[in-house]
Formats: sequence, structure tokens, C-alpha cells
Amino acid sequence: MDDLLAGLAGALRLLLSGDAGVWEIVLLTLRVSGTALLISAVLGVPAGVVLALRSFPGQRLVTTVIYTGMGLPPVVAGLVVYLLLSRSGPLGDLGWLFTPRAMVVAQVLISLPLVVGLTMSAVEGITPELRLQLRALGATERQIAQAILWEARAGMLVALVAGFGSIISEVGAVLLVGGNIERSTRVLTTAIVLETRKGAFDQALALGFVLVGLTFVLNALALRLRGALLHPAG
Amino acid sequence: MSALYELEQVTVRYGARTVLAIDALTIAPGEFLAVVGPSGAGKSTLLRLLCFLERPTSGILRYDGQAWHEPPPLDVRRQVTLVFQRPLLLDATVEQNLAYGLRLRGEPAGERVAAALDQLGLTHLARARARTLSGGELQRVALGRALVLRPRVLLLDEPTANLDPRNVAVIEQAVTALHREHGTTVVLVTHHLHQARRLAARTAVLLDGQLVEVGPTATLLSGQSADWRTRAFVSGEMVY
Repeated sequence: MDDLLAGLAGALRLLLSGDAGVWEIVLLTLRVSGTALLISAVLGVPAGVVLALRSFPGQRLVTTVIYTGMGLPPVVAGLVVYLLLSRSGPLGDLGWLFTPRAMVVAQVLISLPLVVGLTMSAVEGITPELRLQLRALGATERQIAQAILWEARAGMLVALVAGFGSIISEVGAVLLVGGNIERSTRVLTTAIVLETRKGAFDQALALGFVLVGLTFVLNALALRLRGALLHPAG
Repeated sequence: MSALYELEQVTVRYGARTVLAIDALTIAPGEFLAVVGPSGAGKSTLLRLLCFLERPTSGILRYDGQAWHEPPPLDVRRQVTLVFQRPLLLDATVEQNLAYGLRLRGEPAGERVAAALDQLGLTHLARARARTLSGGELQRVALGRALVLRPRVLLLDEPTANLDPRNVAVIEQAVTALHREHGTTVVLVTHHLHQARRLAARTAVLLDGQLVEVGPTATLLSGQSADWRTRAFVSGEMVY
């Protein structure tokens, strides 16, 4: 218990001390995971909607691949991206390995299936009869899709929250493809691993509290957004 | 006057099962037709056909003199509105739900929505979220959403099922007013033979997917039909 309290105090000290190194790590964590989530949202939300509302050959296979991707171990995602981006890999010429870009790619691979799958599930949760009713009121296919998206908004927000949660706390993939290079690719999770290996448990615990606090604040914001979406004023 | 709808040898099949088979049915512009029959008789399927939500497996469906094998263009489709048995509202306020169809069409909603709220006794609930309403209120909103459109054809799938007499009266008055004031063609699917007698000049009897008979409501539903199946259905002797 004392260790935990000391860790919490250490976390506050770290943040309040204005330690440039710590803030750099926090900001890189947010930048990498935020970019990965943005890419996953731009690609994943429309894909999830299409999968829920349209039928096409091979749909079952695509859905199975997405469901499999939802349970993809991050370290496997990291390994795949590592092999793709390594010097001898097909994308080696990009020179992205051990850069934040590689970390973003790995995190997209982890979060994209979650965003697609949970968006699909949210849209499928809206009764198909509603689509017919809207059509019977004179809605075009586009207008129906807009209305369904609005109806599924809470579930889609959950998809994004789950996607973000899966990557901000992930360590295996970013360690493999980022390399945990100081002032370059070190994020909160990899910094925690490093401090633990050094035996600096107080520092590791303090960084752990920073990560948990960050996740708490972001989820609280998401919850407020959910409330605003479900109970709009006026 | 030429028919608004003409159905010739129309069937709807789901796999090997025929859910609807109509040799001939015409619906005149401005008429009020009731469709009665037991559950599973194909009544809702008929409404979905008339609303172009479903295509005939075989046969000809003519609307306004033109046969439609594919769904018609938007301007034709928007002449016809269907209110489902289950009130399927959007997660929005009552007035936003009522305005939905008009907004889709880019038409002003204010006056028509206010009039519909008043007519259906919903003015005090205008700002209420749809999810907070009772069953009768939900059904009135679902109907109001169609009424504000002043459609050429209004299709109603058991709009008063499970409602109390007050809600039934409000809905029947609103539908009758639209029919009389705007010449709207109404096709009403109902389980209540009394309701068909009150509202519809003609009634169609569907049994087991077959159109058994169409004729004046007064004749068919008073037990004077020439068809024994209609007489048995009306008297309650036919058990399904």
C-alpha cells in the first residue's frame, strides 16, 4: 500500500516538476495513439457501417477476419509491422522502422479491427425495420444511412473508446517497432518497462499512474461526449 | 376513373413459401380500403408491396397506370407512405420526429408539425424525447409523421393495435380528416372488423395469403358475403 501511495505521489511530482523528459513521453504517447485512432476512425467507421448495411460476396470471410483481428495479440501485430518495415521487408525503403510512424502503423493494425467490428455491431443493433420505415417516409439510401448513424452514435463512440484503450496501454508492438529510443520513440508503456528493468520501481509506478490518469481523463471526456450526444439540449 | 393501383396475378414468395397471391385487385384514387384477415394472412406483405418496399415475385403491380418491376423513382415513391404496426421513431424529440419526412423533402415543417401536434393531442409533448413516451403516444407520433406529409396514399398497418379507446378515436379522426380533406387514398390493415365498418367503404379479405374477396364493407362484414370463407371469418368460426 505504501508503495502505491508513493507511486501516486511520485506521479504527481513528475508531472508538476515540469520535467521535460516526462512531458515529452506523455505528448508522444498522445500523438502516436491519437493519430492511430484518427486513422482507424476514418477507415474503420465507414467500413463498419458498410459491413452492417450492405451485402456482398465474401462478406462472411471479411467479418471473420475482422473478428479475428479484434483479438490479435499486439505483439503479433508488432512483429508483422516489424517484418514489413525492416530493411529487407517489402516496405523497408520507407525507413519508418524505429520511428513514431512505425508505432502508428502497428497501433492502427491493433485498433482498426476493434473500431470496424464494434461499429458494425452498433449499426446492426438498430432494427432493420427502422430502415424500411424511413424508406417508407421517403428517405433516400443516403438519408437512411445518416439516420442510422445518428441512432447508433452511442455504440460508435464505444467503438472509438475501445479502439483507443487497446492502443494507449499497449506495449508489445510499440516496443518492437519503435525500439524505445529516448526522445524519439519512448512512450509511457515502454518507459515503464525500461524503468522496471532498471529496478527503478518507484519511477515505473509513477509513470504507470500517469498513464492510468491520462486514460481516466480521456474516458471521462468520452463519457461527457456520450451524454451530450444522447441528451442534446433543445 | 382509372385505378390508382392495379395488381394482376401478383405473388410474393419467400423461397418455396407463397406468402401472398392476388389474382386481381384495384384500388381507386381517394378510396378508403380496409384489409382484414387473421395473422399471417399476408396483410403486411400487401402493404409493403403497395409502398414499393417489396417487389412481386411474379405478376404486375401497376401504380398510376404504370407497371413497376423495380422500385419507382423518388418522386413517385414519396407519394406513398406506410405507418408500421410497431412505432419506429428516431431517438429525437416528438416534433423532430414529426418534421423528419418534411425535412427529407426540403419542405418547411413548422406550421404542419404544429397542426399535427394539435390534432393528435401531442402539443404538450412536442419537446419530449420519443423514448419517454407511452405506447399510445408513440403510435400517435408515428401516425403524425406520415400525416404531415399529406401523402397521396397512406398505408396503415394496424395503427390502433393494443391501444385504449381514446387513442383509437384520436387516430381514426386524424386519418378520416386527411382522407376527406385531401382526398388521400387510405389502405388500412386491421384486426378490428368494427374499425373497418366505421372507416372503410370497401374491404378486402385475405386468408392464408390468398385474396378471397373484395367488396363493400357493409355487405362483406355483415355476414352477407357470397363466399363461405368470408362468412366463416366474419362470424369467427374459422379457426387459424
